[in-house]
Amino acid sequence: MAIQLYRIDDRLIHGQVVVGWGQPHNIRFLVLVDDLVAASDWEKELYRMAIPPEMEIYFADVETAIRDHPRYANDPRPGILITGDIESMLRLVKGVKAIGSVNLGGIHHRAGRAEKLRYVFLTPEEEVQLHALEASGVEVTAQDVPSARSRPLAEVLEGEAK
Amino acid sequence: MSDSESTGPERPKAIVVGHGEFSAGLVSAVGQICGLADKLVVLSNTGMAPGDIEAAIRSELARTGARVIFTDLPGGSGTIAARRIAKENRDLVLVTGVNLATLLDFVFSAAGSPEEAARSAAERGKASLIVIERG
Repeated sequence: MAIQLYRIDDRLIHGQVVVGWGQPHNIRFLVLVDDLVAASDWEKELYRMAIPPEMEIYFADVETAIRDHPRYANDPRPGILITGDIESMLRLVKGVKAIGSVNLGGIHHRAGRAEKLRYVFLTPEEEVQLHALEASGVEVTAQDVPSARSRPLAEVLEGEAK
Repeated sequence: MSDSESTGPERPKAIVVGHGEFSAGLVSAVGQICGLADKLVVLSNTGMAPGDIEAAIRSELARTGARVIFTDLPGGSGTIAARRIAKENRDLVLVTGVNLATLLDFVFSAAGSPEEAARSAAERGKASLIVIERG
């Protein structure tokens, strides 16, 4: 499998992705799926400069990512696909039908979101979207870094205080 | 030192942004070595959303008047946030990959501009990475 990790992370490209997951999994390409980034040359350059030389990065809006997914999946190199929000991943999953698992890597605090884990905060609408992901046959777990315990969605939604 | 006024307890000259306690540790070490930790502001990006990191850096820049930002990783969220700010503030200087030697050079700098001080400090930091050969 070329794509080792389908990750939702509002920081998109950052240390946990590039180093935390990138090094132990020998990641050689990233697919950044974000409609706003894909539409901006400046944003693309910002993230291009954030990755090490041994990695390649592809930028795509959700529609393009659905179209090009077979190319990412058939790439012989290990890769990570990232969206910045749950809604984009849900659209991708509905369009691709071949994604078996999704990782919640970082959805941080903002107004209207409740804390579930120290790195996962959700609105009620986002909880519904996560249930829709699971209903599509996708395993949803939360795990910020490889050494952390992978937490199933039900446990995430219960919250850490439980 | 004739410019002791510039190394006294005055406004910070730079913000140090990093993961976890990295920045606090580095700045603490600067204080322990030379007593000039007050030249630097510590900012951790741990647990922060991208917009919050950017807002925190902007707030510290406004509060302190600092024109230099040091970050730990080129691909880190602190660097991404700082680059967004630097895009619209041409007089800001961003240095990534900061280490202790970089900060020590910077806090003692008598350079005429923040950019000069940051460039000199970055060179010192690079030069401090040495593989000590056996023998």
